[in-house]
Parts: sequence; C-alpha cells; structure tokens
Amino acid sequence: MTLRRISIIAIICFFGMGLLVSQANAFDGAYKVGGVFSVTGRASFLGDPEKKTVEMLAEQINKAGGINGKELKLVIYDDEGDATKCNLKVKKLITNDKVCAVIGPSLSGLSLAVIPVAEKYKTPLVSCAASYKIVHNEKTGKPYKWVFKTPQSDSMAVEAIYMHLKNRGINKIAIMSVTSGYGASGRSELIRLAPEYNMNIIADEKYGPKDTDMTAQLTKIKGMAPAAIVNWSIGPTQVTMIRNWKDLGMTAVPLYQSHGFGSRKNIELAGGAAEGVFCPLGACNIAEQLPADHPQKSVTMDYLKSYTAKYNEPLSSFGGHGWDALELVVDALSAVGDDKAAIRDYLEKKQGFVGQHGIFNFSPDDHNGLSKAAFSMVIVKDNDWALVD
Amino acid sequence: MEKITLTSQLLQYLITGLTVGSVYAMVAVGFNIIYNVTEIINFAQGEFVMLGGLIMVFFHVSMGLPLILAFPTTIVLVTVIGILIDRFAIRPIRRPSVLTLIIATIAVSIIIKGTASFIWGKDPFDLPAFSGRDPINFLGAVVQPQYFWVIGFLIITAIALSIFFDRTIIGKAMSACADNPDAASLVGINVKQMILLSFALSAAIGAVAGITITPISLMEYDRGAMLAVKGFAAAILGGLGSFPGAILGGLIMGSIESFGAGLVSSGYKDAFALIVLLVVLFFKPSGLMGSIEISKIKRF
Repeated sequence: MTLRRISIIAIICFFGMGLLVSQANAFDGAYKVGGVFSVTGRASFLGDPEKKTVEMLAEQINKAGGINGKELKLVIYDDEGDATKCNLKVKKLITNDKVCAVIGPSLSGLSLAVIPVAEKYKTPLVSCAASYKIVHNEKTGKPYKWVFKTPQSDSMAVEAIYMHLKNRGINKIAIMSVTSGYGASGRSELIRLAPEYNMNIIADEKYGPKDTDMTAQLTKIKGMAPAAIVNWSIGPTQVTMIRNWKDLGMTAVPLYQSHGFGSRKNIELAGGAAEGVFCPLGACNIAEQLPADHPQKSVTMDYLKSYTAKYNEPLSSFGGHGWDALELVVDALSAVGDDKAAIRDYLEKKQGFVGQHGIFNFSPDDHNGLSKAAFSMVIVKDNDWALVD
Repeated sequence: MEKITLTSQLLQYLITGLTVGSVYAMVAVGFNIIYNVTEIINFAQGEFVMLGGLIMVFFHVSMGLPLILAFPTTIVLVTVIGILIDRFAIRPIRRPSVLTLIIATIAVSIIIKGTASFIWGKDPFDLPAFSGRDPINFLGAVVQPQYFWVIGFLIITAIALSIFFDRTIIGKAMSACADNPDAASLVGINVKQMILLSFALSAAIGAVAGITITPISLMEYDRGAMLAVKGFAAAILGGLGSFPGAILGGLIMGSIESFGAGLVSSGYKDAFALIVLLVVLFFKPSGLMGSIEISKIKRF
C-alpha cells in the first residue's frame, strides 16, 4: 500500500471520528437500549412497525433533549424470525453493546427462547410478544424475574369476548380457528375459559392458514344453529371466512373475530361483508373513535399522527407494543438511570402507566400489567370501527 | 335463522368441494402438460397460479383495466413468464437429468415467490368478483356466482385442451414428444420448441386458475406452494400424465376435503384427502386413469 493511500484512509478515519464526536457532544453521555425485532422474514408484519416505531420515538426523545440530558441510543438487530439468531443477538446486545435493557423480540416463541439469556445476565427484557407464558414461569407459578411484556394476552381477548356475549345473554357458541400457533393458542384459551363464563361450545371447527374456502365448516355450524360464532385467525383466512359467513346468509348469527382482526385493511378486503362483525381491540387501533375524556386518547392520537406523518402507512397494533415497551424503559431510565437492577425494580412497581394498549399496573405477580379492560369491544360499521358499550 | 336441512348441507359441501377441486384440477392439468413432454414435475406450477391472481389484481384493480382486457393481458404476461422459465432455467442446463431439472424448477419457484413478495408485499389482495357477489340460493345451498366462473373455466380448459391435443398438428406433435422424444425428433418435430410450448401452456392454465380463485379466497405471495401440493396430489390421484385423470383427481380431492370438513372433522380435512390418495395408490399404483404401461417407460 502506498503512503498516499494510507494517508487518504487516515484522513477519512479522522473525519469519521470527528463526525461521531460532534454528534455525541450535544449530550452528556448516553443511555443504551437494545432492541431485537423480526424486521424481515415470516413475522416482518410484526417487527417492521415495531422497529419503525421505536426509531421514531428515539428521534423525538433526542430532539427534545434526551433523557436527563443524556442521549437515548438504540441498538437494534433483526432476528429474521429465527430463534437461534435471536438468542445470539440478545447475547450480543448485553455482552458486547452493553445495553441496560432489551426490548423485543416480536414473536412468542423467540421471546421464550431468550428468557434464559435475560435471566442469566440479569438484564431487564420487555417483550413485544403475546403469549402468557413469557411472563409466567410454570414451575414457580410466578413471572420470571427480569422479563416483562407489553401486549395483551390471548386470554384477555377471550374474556372480553365472553363478557360481551354473556351481557347479551348468549351462551351457545361455535368456535372456529386456524391451525397455526396463533389459532391453536386462541382455541385452547376459548375452551379453557368457557366454563367460567358458562359458555357452551357446540362446534369446534378448524381450517388451514392457506385454505381457500371455509364454506364447509360454516355450513356445518349453520346446521347446529349456535347463537354466535367466535373466529380466531390472522391473515387472509379471517377475511375469507367473513365472506363465506355473509354469503351463507348467516349474518343473523353474530360473528366475533379475535384481536388479530385489528387492521382497517381487513375491513377493506372483506368488501363490505365485515359489516356488523365484532372484535376486541386495544385503544391504539381506535384512537380516533375514543371519547375525548378517555385516559389514552392523547397518547394514542399523538402516536397515530406522528407515525402516519413520518412513514405514510397505516398504523398497526404491533407498532403500539413497541411503543409501550420503549416508553416503559424510557420512563424507568428517567426515574432511576441506567442501572439494570434499578430499572427492573422500578418496572415491577410501576403503576398507572398510560400506554398505547392499555393502562399498565405492574406487580411482582404480574409482569404484563394489563387486564381485560385493555380491550374495548368494537363493531364494524360503515366500513370503519365503532365502539360498542 | 332457520335450521339448514341435511340435504342442503350435503349439496353445499358438494358445490364448495367442486369449486375448490376445479382449481386443484387446473393445477394438476398444468403439472401434466409439462410432465408429458419433459417428464419433469414443475414445482413452480403453484407460482403461476399466484402470479395469475396478483398480476390480475395489478391490471384490473391498480391500473383500472376492464375485466375483458385485464384477463387476457394477465394470461399473456404469465405465459411469457412461463416461456422465460424454460428459456433461462430449463434449457441452459447442460446435461439435464430429470432430477436436476426438477431442482431447477424448485429454484425458480423460490425466485418467483421472493420477487412477488418484493413487488406486492406480504398482504393478501382482493379482486372484485366477475359478476357480483350476490349469492344464489339453490335448494337451500348457497352458490357464489364466482363458483360458476371457476367451474366454467375448468370445463373450457378441458375442452380446449382435448381439441388441441387431438385435432391440431402442434398438439399431436406435443403428444408425440410425450410418447417418445427421440422418435419425435427423428420425424422432424422440434422437441425444444415443444418443451417451450408446454411451459407456456401450463403457465397460461395456472394463470386462469389464479385469476378465477382470487375473488373467492384472496391471493398473497406465498399461496402457490400449498396449491401446488394439492394439485400435485390430484395429478397423482388421477394418474400422472392423464388429463381426464387430473380433472377427476382434482374434483375428488376438493370434494373429499369439503365433505370431510363438514361431516367428520375440519381439523383433519387435509388428512382425508391424502388417505384416499394413499388407498388409491395402494390398489392402483398408476392412479385412477393412468396406465401402468405408460408409467413404465417414463424415467420418473
């Protein structure tokens, strides 16, 4: 290598360092928070809005002067929906990047896979995945010490639906579910909680995630004449089944969808057939419909406005889970600084945190902090959501 | 809501089964065309269906072309993609064994799926039904107008193919390649062109299947693989290489799924179809309409 080339590289390096230094100079040190999301791969519909949301929030926080005068520095990795990669990335965040807390992963399976890492390195982890098992150690019956999660559990959506059915005096229901992890988990919660709400499940039908038609299942259900149908699926099947339900002239039997239905895209795809369909949704999905005195009105509207303005795409509920996770950690950082144990203790005691998906009240026995009140029952009316009370 | 009678339930299962089965049948026919000429199983067959649906959405919904224009344009475009597959993935392989060619089609299917996810994203897309969505009541069973289009196009495809293979010179030349490629090239048939034609034809049929099913089931980038598996099972059930067999196989598969889901258990509906497939192969290894003699001279 010639001397000239070496000197050019050296100059570039100096400039590079100069840029870094000048950036860091605005703040008095930095808080480092790690994030691991399924930005690409099969679960990109979860990870992509989560990453976009936390990046947007960090930018806003730093623009407003950071946390206690310190910069919020995010280190985000993509786990591609792969448990092994996710595990390595979380280890790297903790040991190499020296973050004080980790948010994510996006998927339940992956979150379960990284619990031992968070526990071993004693680092707070706030998962953005739904499964109840993330915050419930089956051996001890208590939450894992270092692990929290922000999304509502399946069981809360089931309870919200059952409560609504009970109030309407319905107890003879048919359930339908997709044979994927999401559908199977919802189905088992539906069956588990049925006795508690006096629900009599007279039909339990299933279909594949790529099935083209559910007319057969619905015809069978029609023959049994239930008073309501509860369907648990995500993806195109939940739209196809709504169309089949409408075509078979079953609109007199109320249809309840899971919280997975919470995207306006689904209403649009159903082409008018979704009129009258019920589903339980978090406040974040229905910011515009919330009454002005709702405690979550202002946070959800702010998020809705800034997200749609920045990325020019509709808001999804999944980004809201990312919002809740990061804002919880930021809240802890501003209160107790970046000591890992202090953050954990702070989160465990946090009460009344107003997030996108509910008002969080944590306790040593509850690392999710939400109740079934985090869901509002919504009906599809004039191709949009409308609150039901 | 009044209770539905058992007869109308059974009728409903049959109609649904035949509709879904028609799509399987079209995919199975596509498998057979390529198999007959080249002896390979084209694993990208399901991607033609997916492309048919999504390209139709692009022309009809995004560009706003009328149905009558968007339909042929989509078929032509998918056909061109089929030709390109043959030209750039199948023909350049230097010493082709059946296995390497099949692996090439798997690669093609992965590439098409990946490209489609880049172009259209991962969301499902909808297509307006050809003649409205008002269901027709038929003896207590409900029939979507789109069902007639699906079944109708299967019938048209079947008639057109039988005319093509029995009455035209090119069709007969293709059948000759299927029987014996060496002898066919000795009598002056350009076998390479016939292979190209077989890819074009099966791409076109796949596109028709995709266009007609999308208004019923929506379409997204990764639906092709499942349809290919079902279509392949239908082709095997009917006897690989036999066109009447493929159509029969598809309709039987669809009906078993539908009746199985309705009468027994929807959780095991895919299993019923595969059990029937296994039973048929056990008693008649060449499939319902296939002949043992023909399957013996094939390399695969």
